[in-house]
Amino acid sequence: MGDQILAQYSRRMRFRKILDKVLPLILSVAVFIAVATVFSVLFTTIMTGWHRLSLNLILNYPSANPNEAGMRSAILGSIYTVGLSALICIPLSIATAIYLVEYSRGGRLASILSYNISNLAGVPSVIFGVVGLGFLAYWLGMGRTIITGAFTLAILILPLVTVTCVEALKTIPDDLRLGAYALGATTFQVVRRVVLPRALPMMLTGGILGISRALGEAAPILIVSGLLFIRDDPTSLFSRFTVIPLQLFNWVSRPQPAFIELSSAGIIVLLIILFALNGLTIALRQVLARRAEWA
Amino acid sequence: MGVKIESYNKLGLRYSEIGKNEMSESSAPEVVRVEALRVVYGSKIAIDDINISFKRSNITAIIGPSGCGKSTLLRSINRMNDLIPAASVSGRVYFNGVDIYSKDVDPVYIRSRIGMVFQRPNPFPFSIFDNVAFGLRVNGFKLTKDELYNKVKDALVKAALWDEVKDRLDNHAYSLSGGQQQRLCIARALAVDPEVLLLDEPTVSLDPISTARIESLLRSIKDEYTIIIVTHNMLQAARVSDYTAVMMPDDDMVGRIIEFGETRGIFTNPRDKRTEDYISGRIG
Amino acid sequence: MTATIQHEALRKAIQRKRIQDRFFHITFLSATFVSTISLIVIYVTLGLESFNFFAHVSIVEFLTSTKWTVLFADKNFGVLPLLNATVMTSLIAIAVAGPLGVMIALFLSEYVSSTTRSVVKPVVETLAGIPTVVYGYFALYFITPNLLRTLWTNIQIHNALAVGLMIGILIIPIVASISDDAMKAVPADLRLAAYAVGSRKSDVALRVVFPAALSGVSASIILAFARAMGETMIAAIAGGFRSVLTFNIGEAMETMTAYIAQVATGDAPHGTIEYQSLFAVGLFLLLITAVLNYIGIKVVKRWAIRY
Repeated sequence: MGDQILAQYSRRMRFRKILDKVLPLILSVAVFIAVATVFSVLFTTIMTGWHRLSLNLILNYPSANPNEAGMRSAILGSIYTVGLSALICIPLSIATAIYLVEYSRGGRLASILSYNISNLAGVPSVIFGVVGLGFLAYWLGMGRTIITGAFTLAILILPLVTVTCVEALKTIPDDLRLGAYALGATTFQVVRRVVLPRALPMMLTGGILGISRALGEAAPILIVSGLLFIRDDPTSLFSRFTVIPLQLFNWVSRPQPAFIELSSAGIIVLLIILFALNGLTIALRQVLARRAEWA
Repeated sequence: MGVKIESYNKLGLRYSEIGKNEMSESSAPEVVRVEALRVVYGSKIAIDDINISFKRSNITAIIGPSGCGKSTLLRSINRMNDLIPAASVSGRVYFNGVDIYSKDVDPVYIRSRIGMVFQRPNPFPFSIFDNVAFGLRVNGFKLTKDELYNKVKDALVKAALWDEVKDRLDNHAYSLSGGQQQRLCIARALAVDPEVLLLDEPTVSLDPISTARIESLLRSIKDEYTIIIVTHNMLQAARVSDYTAVMMPDDDMVGRIIEFGETRGIFTNPRDKRTEDYISGRIG
Repeated sequence: MTATIQHEALRKAIQRKRIQDRFFHITFLSATFVSTISLIVIYVTLGLESFNFFAHVSIVEFLTSTKWTVLFADKNFGVLPLLNATVMTSLIAIAVAGPLGVMIALFLSEYVSSTTRSVVKPVVETLAGIPTVVYGYFALYFITPNLLRTLWTNIQIHNALAVGLMIGILIIPIVASISDDAMKAVPADLRLAAYAVGSRKSDVALRVVFPAALSGVSASIILAFARAMGETMIAAIAGGFRSVLTFNIGEAMETMTAYIAQVATGDAPHGTIEYQSLFAVGLFLLLITAVLNYIGIKVVKRWAIRY
């Protein structure tokens, strides 16, 4: 009787011992799948597209002939729209973060407003396109133009950038604020002279994060702008436009293999831009770390 | 010379050392007066029924066990409690006869007239010079470069830091040692010419030598200011202060002043049993 | 005398900086309202245009009819095929991302050093940073022909399975990162207590940390599901624009988002029923995701309070 229990116990112990050894392996397989997916996406894209990489791809307008086709208008469209959206979004995000962290200091109105920011973050990106089309393009009469696209993207990335800015402000120790307040500084002076200089690099990291997100967004721009074949440079903020991911979508939707290769090459260009931006945030973070050594 | 017979109190301090700073004219004007002060955090009463006044050219120590509301009282005097959303203050605090909690008084003005030094040194992440100049700049003093330099220098001299930093005013404040940083914070507060200087356990994070320096600098500047220092180091209170207030939480953990008077009297002849227990180490 | 002059100057300076402070206070507060106003604009725009749509189409038909042929001459307005496609692809996505994300979180929070963690975490998060057009392209030209075709020979070129798989990969970081936060929030003494009664590391991970973090884990899955429902480009590229009610994940099916993209790629003049249908479908999608997000955030908050 006792032996039986002991045998059962030792069998269970053996199982648990094996499980203890195997579990980290099982879990690391999950990590492996994720990492392998990243690499296989990158690998296949590069293998398919690298021989289509050329200056034509950047300098030429789109064309029905895959050997001549480029994405000049899309690149310019992306620069205009995303650049403008960053100019709109980053100041708004910084201002919002300053209000929430420095001015309201946890008031009731602020908690309602910040709840709405998290609600805005949950809105699917395609919805921003639909509303950009209905509200900005038609109701406000801004047309399906660069400026409509820029505002749409700006509001789309607003929650993401704002949250990083709030995080940035929260890393500043309260000691410094109190020290400044005790000398008779107003909230604005505390922000401008003490808090902002330290928080700005991390806020810019958030801005770059937003820019990366906006650069990769195809759906909202597809709705706002439509699928266009554009063969000239944008002349003003009220020009019709297309962006890099849309150009890629356009090429992907064509049956000829040459266009598939072209879209792979375009993806490589887009990914290079995104990785460069990512590198910039890492560099900023290092500046940040060096500053933190003082603290 | 015959052997001098000295008497020691329970702390082992020589009686002659306690409150040894000559009491400035006892008719010194009263700069800050607190009447029936109560501070509530949310629904918890932190301190209640505080009545005390502080005189010019004197150092007043507020002592008591931790959690008795010493810092809360101190923060009520320059309206730093305004920065805590849950805190509400009732009662009156007069600064030169004006109730600082009345509607037409700007807390920013109060804070530029009543300086404050915190527990942990909190210099700003700028140069030594910019730290001291900070208050002058935010308060909109219109100064020439020379005037600014002189004010910064005066403040650093008063804070007994000038000799150590005069050759490296452009260095980052964080390159200073902890004790130097705290003196920098004192200089920063003095630069705006406050009337009152509040110190919230300014030496709690410092070594004994740095502590002694700060204590002696406080004694050297006390004639020009009204200094209020919170400490839970009783020896420090005995060494630097002219007056001492003893705070103690009651049964509901509400902080109250149980005794206030000349430091020498408090330490040699406490009237309240709890004071005696506290300074002899039985509570706290 | 000089003292009073100085005081007067101080008062004036304070007045000036007070006005400056007030100005920026109001400016920053207005900026903070932008998100809230945007949210209102989103609901009002979708609501009003949907109102026009439902002037022509009965809500009952919209919610019960099994045919969606708005872009054809013979129009049917049943959203069910679109809803079905959205739910199917999102369920597949969660079937991928749920287990993988939770396993990654468990691995990162319990098994690796902080150095390894700081390398692995950004790589995993890269999954969410790759533009979704790329995933759509990968699904259509690599996953389906090379992987799925070998296992399931008569799978269609456009199919829900590939869409779901790729969306699943995309949302792994959402599950992993929220679950990881929840697991890290489990107090260390709980782990120590478990070790003190003779637990092994795997016991601590599976029987202490995982159950303790369960509400955070479920929140991560709800939020990731909402994100999956809103994904557009993968569905538009790899799922096809075929709005039929089917449960065969090897077939092409059109999600709500893919329909919106389809209308945008074609020509739907302002004011037509096709144009209005964008807003009706958009509003429907938004309401579903909003409810899911609401539940998700509630669950997150609940768990946040506990420790």
